[in-house]
Amino acid sequence: MAGDPTTMYDAPSGWRAVGRYGLLVVVSVIVLFPIYTTVIAALKPGNKVLQNPLVPDAFTLDILREAWSDGHFGRYMLNSFVVTIVVTVAVILTSVLSGYAFAILEFPGRNLLFAAFLATLLVPVEATLVVNRRTVDSLGWLNSYQGLTVPFLATAFGTFLIRQVFLTLPRDLRDAAAIDGVGHLGFLRQVAVPLVRPTIAAMAALAFLATWNMYLWPNLITTDADYYTLQSGLRSLAQGNLDKPNLVMAGVIIAFLPIVVVLLVFQRHLVRGLLAGGVKG
Amino acid sequence: MLAPSLVILVVFVLYPLGQAIWLGQARCDAQGENCVSNGWDQYVDVARSEEFQHALWVTVKFALITVPVGVALGIGLAVLADKYLRGVGVFRTIFSSTVATGVAVASLMWLFLLQPDVGVLSNVGWISDLFPVLKSPGLLRDPGTALVSVAATSIWANLGFTFILITAGLQGIPRDVHEAAVVDGAGGIRRFWSVTLPLLGPTLIFVVIVLTARAFQAYGEIDLLTDGGPRPQNSTTTLTYLTYGTNSIINNNDGLQAAVAVLLFLVMLVVSLLQLAAVSRRVHYA
Repeated sequence: MAGDPTTMYDAPSGWRAVGRYGLLVVVSVIVLFPIYTTVIAALKPGNKVLQNPLVPDAFTLDILREAWSDGHFGRYMLNSFVVTIVVTVAVILTSVLSGYAFAILEFPGRNLLFAAFLATLLVPVEATLVVNRRTVDSLGWLNSYQGLTVPFLATAFGTFLIRQVFLTLPRDLRDAAAIDGVGHLGFLRQVAVPLVRPTIAAMAALAFLATWNMYLWPNLITTDADYYTLQSGLRSLAQGNLDKPNLVMAGVIIAFLPIVVVLLVFQRHLVRGLLAGGVKG
Repeated sequence: MLAPSLVILVVFVLYPLGQAIWLGQARCDAQGENCVSNGWDQYVDVARSEEFQHALWVTVKFALITVPVGVALGIGLAVLADKYLRGVGVFRTIFSSTVATGVAVASLMWLFLLQPDVGVLSNVGWISDLFPVLKSPGLLRDPGTALVSVAATSIWANLGFTFILITAGLQGIPRDVHEAAVVDGAGGIRRFWSVTLPLLGPTLIFVVIVLTARAFQAYGEIDLLTDGGPRPQNSTTTLTYLTYGTNSIINNNDGLQAAVAVLLFLVMLVVSLLQLAAVSRRVHYA
């Protein structure tokens, strides 16, 4: 890490440094091994994929192209982005509003209601999906963007995170704004939200990752490939093409790359989000 | 201002939980309609059934493998990449990389590694000669190795997350504590056990709680790698798979699915409370 002081106890030198680099390299190879074999396979033509699966001895982009067009991965990617962006933006909006209400507004039953919000954090989604599938079905939302997004447009965790950071804002800020005749929404937009932007970014990064990787729910409510996300698309590709591992691995690469790019760009925010609370991946 | 969040949480968290509790004592037709009450002892019947107890045991085993191994590997990697070394940032990025793999991506990468016919390992001559189980019946098809293989996938997929958190925890340990320990003559190993590990306490507790919850909720890796099998042992049918799995015996039975889902909730609640009790007794650092 830049800026760390080199002190006597933690800067190995000579053979110890060589040993440590050696260990780091060996562990890196092990960690990256599944990704390496996937990339190799996705770039090999079908007749070569099972000969020397560890060696990149043939190269083609045709398989990636086939997954993208014939495998409908273009469509799945669009669906994943639509669902993920809608949910992420909505979670930011709903969390900021309810977090503000719980932190700044005063109304009867506030603490009780907040406790009820927190209590929902104890409920794993797995306990609710049986009924949510019935609800979505009765609304006619099977195979639809509404079904994929609406149940996740607000989270108790987001509300909690934003409330905590709004509580750190000095009370005087709101009072001064009120004297100037600024309403709550104006205060939120002009003062409160800009001040807590890092927390919002961390929450957004978490919501993005969690929504992008959602697996069980899309499988429960989509049967029409037009509404598959990348995750359900991968599932159907894998189940239909076990004899074409390179095609499946090409799909894996297509699903993997965008999230790698997003993570590299938002790494800092994500790390802070993960530290605030581990939403499952 | 509260309305949007309130509506979503009531309609998609509270109502379904309440409704699931009711549905768990009901029987519905094959379309999931015309549900009629079957008495609350349906919960008792489900909880006592061989299928539920087997799935509970599989789930507990899965957590007992993935959580300790995941935490230990996370600590190992974080300590390994914590020293001041030129270029350590590259290794940190590599160790974090699996955080980018969703469950489907990670599972299919490992399926391709382990699959006995078209998988990588079984098609590399010397590896499959060394470990014949890779080809016949295959790690995912052998009842003795299937759960461990799925757990390995899960551990790998969570490793980036664990590594990131523990690395952040390590950076939160003040350098002068380490320096004081050096002055007192503590070597590297002694410092790890007496300084690093205790001061990582709060981070590790958080990691353990999250990894445990993830283990109890694991679904995608089981769905893709083993489909709850191999059968007839159902070696990887966890509670979540029993509830939602395509090949679960209660697939298409909303009443029994709701019952298992509610019991899963209760089991997770008990596990959380036990963890909290253990934490409040042991830890005073946070």
